[in-house]
Amino acid sequence: MERPGLTLLDLAGASQSTVAFVTNYGHRIYSDDLLLQMDRCFGDGDFYENQADAQKVAQFLDSALDYPAQHFDGALVWDTLEFLTGPLLETVVRRLHHMLRPGAYLLALFHSEERAETIPTYSYRISDRKTITLGPRGRRRPAQFFNNRSLEKLFKDFESVKFFLTRDHLREVIVRR
Amino acid sequence: MSTVPNRPTESFDAPRTGNAVLGKSVVVKGQILSREDLTIDGEVEGTIEMQEHRLTIGPNGKVRASVKAREVIVLGTLHGNVETGDRIDIRKEARLVGDIRTARIMIEDGAYFKGNVDIVRAEVPKAAVASTPSAAAPRPQGPGTVSPAISPATSPAAAGPAMAAGAGEIKR
Repeated sequence: MERPGLTLLDLAGASQSTVAFVTNYGHRIYSDDLLLQMDRCFGDGDFYENQADAQKVAQFLDSALDYPAQHFDGALVWDTLEFLTGPLLETVVRRLHHMLRPGAYLLALFHSEERAETIPTYSYRISDRKTITLGPRGRRRPAQFFNNRSLEKLFKDFESVKFFLTRDHLREVIVRR
Repeated sequence: MSTVPNRPTESFDAPRTGNAVLGKSVVVKGQILSREDLTIDGEVEGTIEMQEHRLTIGPNGKVRASVKAREVIVLGTLHGNVETGDRIDIRKEARLVGDIRTARIMIEDGAYFKGNVDIVRAEVPKAAVASTPSAAAPRPQGPGTVSPAISPATSPAAAGPAMAAGAGEIKR
């Protein structure tokens, strides 16, 4: 963050605090709400079955992840990847890889409680360097659960993957492109 | 232009201090140049330029246009890039898809925004900076911004969270 003029992608939906935090460093922020985009594209009917529908998938990718190559210096993906089924998840991760510049970082969160049928979802807002405020967005059934090995496999095209297990049954994953 | 306000063009140059309103049933296709504040509660497609004035897109407003204004308040729907000299307020229930260049931005919870935010700060003349004792202080911040005591992190992700604390807040 020291070097001003970076371009960050935040997929938690626009919030005043995150926009202010990022832009006060002199960076640009690109906001979108990936969960909302998923609901728009796959929410009519079975959310996960719809993710196998080629037309809906194409619409989702066009509306939510249509960015130029190496456009971003960082991506805040939060917990959104937990709600994508296998093939679409791999496509989305490939897109993220495509959109990020070499050396860019990606932050993602994954629940580690494998027995939970549903998990809470949040809107994530950066309040300051040490605080993220969570706005509840209900509960959802995750598409799958991830362990360290499956996460390493998921981000195999990236340069490095670091895991931080937290007290809240979450894996914080920082991936370097 | 399907419907336009019935106003003689020669009166456009006259100084105005009021607030023009395009009502719910008004549809405009084309270019709007305004020298007074404008509220749009109808539909507009084209371009809107009112660099010294405020544009308000009302709750029923549907605008598909590039916008240049001193200040923009969005309560309805706006598709298009926005450039403001001062600030943009995106209120709850608003929907904005487009890139924003502004000095200050306010986004209410519940608003949907998709696009890029580029904060453009007014440049201070170098002489003024050199003679000001607080020149080394952090930049002025917009409404609701974070503490100026933040020291820069080393990378975007390094400023990211460490998940540890209770419900509703994560603290490192």
